[in-house]
Amino acid sequence: MIAETILLKARMGNTDSHTLASARAAGAYRASAKTLAAAPEEIVQLVKDSGLRGRGGAGFPTGLKWTFLPKNRDATYLCVNADESEPGTFKDRLILEEDPHLLIEGIVIACRAIRCAHAYLYIRGEFCLPHERIRAAADEAYAAGLLGPNAGGPGQAIDLTIHRGAGAYICGEETALLNSIEGKKGQPRMKPPFPTNVGLFGKPTVINNVETLANLPFIVEKGPDAYRAIGTEKSPGTRLMSVSGHVERPGVYEVAHGVPMRGLIEDLAGGVRGGRKLKALIPGGSSTPVLTAEEAYAVNVDFESVQAAGSMLGSGGCIVMDETTDMVWALDKLAHFYAHESCGQCTPCREGSGWIAEIVRKIATGKGTRADLEKLESLAAQIVGNTICVFSDALAMPVVSHVTKFRAEFEAHLADRASSSSAAP
Amino acid sequence: MTHSMTRWSAARTEEIEALRRRYPTDHALLLPVLWIAQRDFGWISHDVMELVAETCRTSPAHVYSLATFYTMFELEKPIRYHIQVCNNLSCSLCGSEGILAHIEKRLGIRAGEATADGRFRLTAVECLASCGTGPAMQVNDAYYEKLTLEKVDALLEEWMK
Repeated sequence: MIAETILLKARMGNTDSHTLASARAAGAYRASAKTLAAAPEEIVQLVKDSGLRGRGGAGFPTGLKWTFLPKNRDATYLCVNADESEPGTFKDRLILEEDPHLLIEGIVIACRAIRCAHAYLYIRGEFCLPHERIRAAADEAYAAGLLGPNAGGPGQAIDLTIHRGAGAYICGEETALLNSIEGKKGQPRMKPPFPTNVGLFGKPTVINNVETLANLPFIVEKGPDAYRAIGTEKSPGTRLMSVSGHVERPGVYEVAHGVPMRGLIEDLAGGVRGGRKLKALIPGGSSTPVLTAEEAYAVNVDFESVQAAGSMLGSGGCIVMDETTDMVWALDKLAHFYAHESCGQCTPCREGSGWIAEIVRKIATGKGTRADLEKLESLAAQIVGNTICVFSDALAMPVVSHVTKFRAEFEAHLADRASSSSAAP
Repeated sequence: MTHSMTRWSAARTEEIEALRRRYPTDHALLLPVLWIAQRDFGWISHDVMELVAETCRTSPAHVYSLATFYTMFELEKPIRYHIQVCNNLSCSLCGSEGILAHIEKRLGIRAGEATADGRFRLTAVECLASCGTGPAMQVNDAYYEKLTLEKVDALLEEWMK
């Protein structure tokens, strides 16, 4: 039996856990107060030593990202990515709703570390309650002097502006997010230059995910060794796993990196619904390659183990599908999502996502042919790497993995499948 | 030089000017000001686009490009109840297709349509980050989660009154 390891969820679950009074009574802002005595470089070193990796999807080492900022700079921005939109992922929402002060404390620590005087928090437009909660928390923090003109020490301002998105999945891509704050369409930018050199309003900028920042208070307060004592060597700390789909108890579970995926599904999420068997599992949000039941039960919940199995831990959005699931139907849902959300900037993605969705629908409704299935695979191969951002990869990975691993199901849907054509002379 | 027939209230002008101090460019005010406009005027008409353009010192054409790129801005007079049912994978695994079909039947419209009396619009939308509490829908600003046919019926009864 595995159990949760609670770092980030420690204060959650009470009806007033989102208020400053409640959060402070349980220790909030002790760590950020500690950083006031530290030099920014010391905080960066602490985070580097902790081995903290980004929780938005790519798993990039946070401290290392911070060191990419140029030494001489006149302004630095921190952008908090709260545009949680990856299907299957709902953990940042939990932090925003239940412990927004954990996030604000993390923001204050990050601002001290990278010498940022103004952070922008980009929150997805649909998040009404989370938006209400983070705004109220920011107001409380301003009133208590935890944000504002002297929040980083005498005369050292740390301002936080909450910026609401308006319905576009692509704005979770970090450079699209920057463009969206600047009042442009949320379309990704060419890299290089990377945001740490030329970011928001042309200034050096760090973009960090909500959950990533929420780890900072623990790291500062208990130290990198205590953090590294949890999880694996390459994936220290805990992970908020969003578990959804065919399980008895869907929800956000906080586990130490390295626990078996089977434990997460069976012990914490109560197993596959109705005593059925697992057929497939998407481990890290809809963009990550699907795993067969056998693969899923062999992996652990950490970056390196899921990667070794040919997928990614991504945003930790775990979608569980039982033995009754039609995998062509499942891919149809995802393909239509990506066709809807392509920003339209690059031709291979704009056109390719539409064609892929159309072909998958054709196969799902029994009208597809063997040639369509081949076209689907060739389209997926052609869009990868040929666009400004990784959206096309995010679409191609589910397509390729579904078709490859569940090929027999796709073939059984074809209008010219072997069983019917064998009747022909 | 002003073109728009629409005006901000004094309180709103103050709110916008306070926001302006939070951004180094007027352009960055565009999304916040579009949200304020939608709250105040209900929807983003061409006239409102002109007002937003003046406020943010940009062209109405640019405001139009934003209002049409981002899906949450209303480009028509809003409807009393905009029912948005999540159609993505996790909610579908939990039966959202049945929920959508049921609402279609109850309202006598298909997803993407509005009722003739203009009270309801039904849309199939993408992931609302309610995967752990699916099937889910958003109606105006509120989320409704762990939906069942009974729950949906009770809500519709209430809204149809």
